[in-house]
Amino acid sequence: MPALKVEHVRKIYPSMHAKGQEVLAIDDISLEVQKNEFCSILGHSGCGKTTLLNLIAGFEAPTAGHIECADKVVSGPGSDRSMVFQDYALFPWLTVYDNIAFGLKIKGISTSEIQQIVTRFAALVGLSQFINHYPHQLSGGMRQRVSIARALVVDPTVLLMDEPFAALDAQNRAMMQAEMIRILREESKTVVLVTHSIEEAINLSDVIVVMTRRPGRVKEVIRVPEPRRMVEDTPAYLEVRRQIRELIAGEHDVSETI
Amino acid sequence: MQIFNFFKQFRRLALLIILLATWEYASRFILDKTEATLLPPPSGVAQGGYELMKSGEIWKHLIDSLSREFVAFCYASVAIPLGIVMGCFKWVNEQVDPIIEILRPIPPIAWIPLSILWFGVGNVQNQFIIFLGIFFPILLNTIDAVKNVEPNLIRAARCLGAGSWGVITRVVLRAALPQIVTGVRIGLGVGWMALVAAELVGANSGLGFLINDARTVLRTDYILVGMLAIGVIGLCLDRLIRYTAQKLMPWSRALNA
Repeated sequence: MPALKVEHVRKIYPSMHAKGQEVLAIDDISLEVQKNEFCSILGHSGCGKTTLLNLIAGFEAPTAGHIECADKVVSGPGSDRSMVFQDYALFPWLTVYDNIAFGLKIKGISTSEIQQIVTRFAALVGLSQFINHYPHQLSGGMRQRVSIARALVVDPTVLLMDEPFAALDAQNRAMMQAEMIRILREESKTVVLVTHSIEEAINLSDVIVVMTRRPGRVKEVIRVPEPRRMVEDTPAYLEVRRQIRELIAGEHDVSETI
Repeated sequence: MQIFNFFKQFRRLALLIILLATWEYASRFILDKTEATLLPPPSGVAQGGYELMKSGEIWKHLIDSLSREFVAFCYASVAIPLGIVMGCFKWVNEQVDPIIEILRPIPPIAWIPLSILWFGVGNVQNQFIIFLGIFFPILLNTIDAVKNVEPNLIRAARCLGAGSWGVITRVVLRAALPQIVTGVRIGLGVGWMALVAAELVGANSGLGFLINDARTVLRTDYILVGMLAIGVIGLCLDRLIRYTAQKLMPWSRALNA
């Protein structure tokens, strides 16, 4: 049983102007993500990859087709599909502790149990020292760690990540990718990551879904030969990268509408 | 260093002190006796202030004015839940907004004649005028604050399992709070101005009454003392709210800017 199943999903946005044309954002996307698999969705900006993630999260409803998470049809947002946002989206009025505890409090878990879980996950993302800080007192990388911990504590069936490291500088991004690998080793999770960085996709994924330009379709699904153990600049790594680059470069900048 | 800081503070007051000195000089040596009655020197105003404080009269008026402001604020705070509901539910906004848009541009002072007929001269009429001054800034800021809550914060809460009610209580209310406080600050300021206007014509006590009453007996020094008290209290109210809000919401960039 796949953790996540996307079946013939299509999303059409009504036009912005009264007489304008409708926009077909994604068209007939089908994919399956197995349990504990890390799946990256890779494509040009504007290819509808974030739209797809929003559909999986349940923030928007598909125009056609459907999405199943652990055999349940997605009909709205839920903690079985928690998300890590590019802009962190931490609650600025809550401390690191309370941000991480947010989903647990909603579930109505007892205070002592919450404390146990939060302490464990704060340690997992390396923030034990900063539990009483407010988000504005933290660096970008640290904020994203809080966001990851906050999404993990609710034990989602699928963890969704929307370009989570795009706002970080190059060094922090590389470090956070390494951290993500370490976290997933300790805490196995099914992950769907949206990114436009080929390297990020290769470093983190089992499976990479390359998308076409608008309307977004699945162009190719690539399995990474040695997931999360690829060493940069080795022939195998370069080969995968070349393959993906060619797929993406083949996508010319043409906007299609219906 | 201490002395340096002191001088720095002192420098800020230089122009003020020069103006006060010029006023004192003009009032004592340039103006004739009638004119000086109309513009008493700062020392005369200080003397008047001392008299009013010693007799306790000014405290009585001050407490009356402040308690009116406070009671009106308590009533006007219904603007907060109303604003939240209007910001969250489109159909409520649709119905209530036209009424608000018509009533809002009417200055509180314009309600004075009608309110005197409705409530007579006294506390209730004053409170009504102040209420109008406080209500609209709070309401408009609350609606605006709720509408401008970062959409990703709401999405984050929803994908962590929060329902509609949870989103309102745990996210919208909290995220909107700094701007609601700004609305309260503006509202109390407008209300304080409206209060004085209301007391000028429809009261037997209060700072507005004090200065109007002093006019009838030509005590310009009392008038100036009353005006100063109105200004100082207004400033203190504003600072008090800002300080409290900063202490309670250290995370808010808007409040700490």
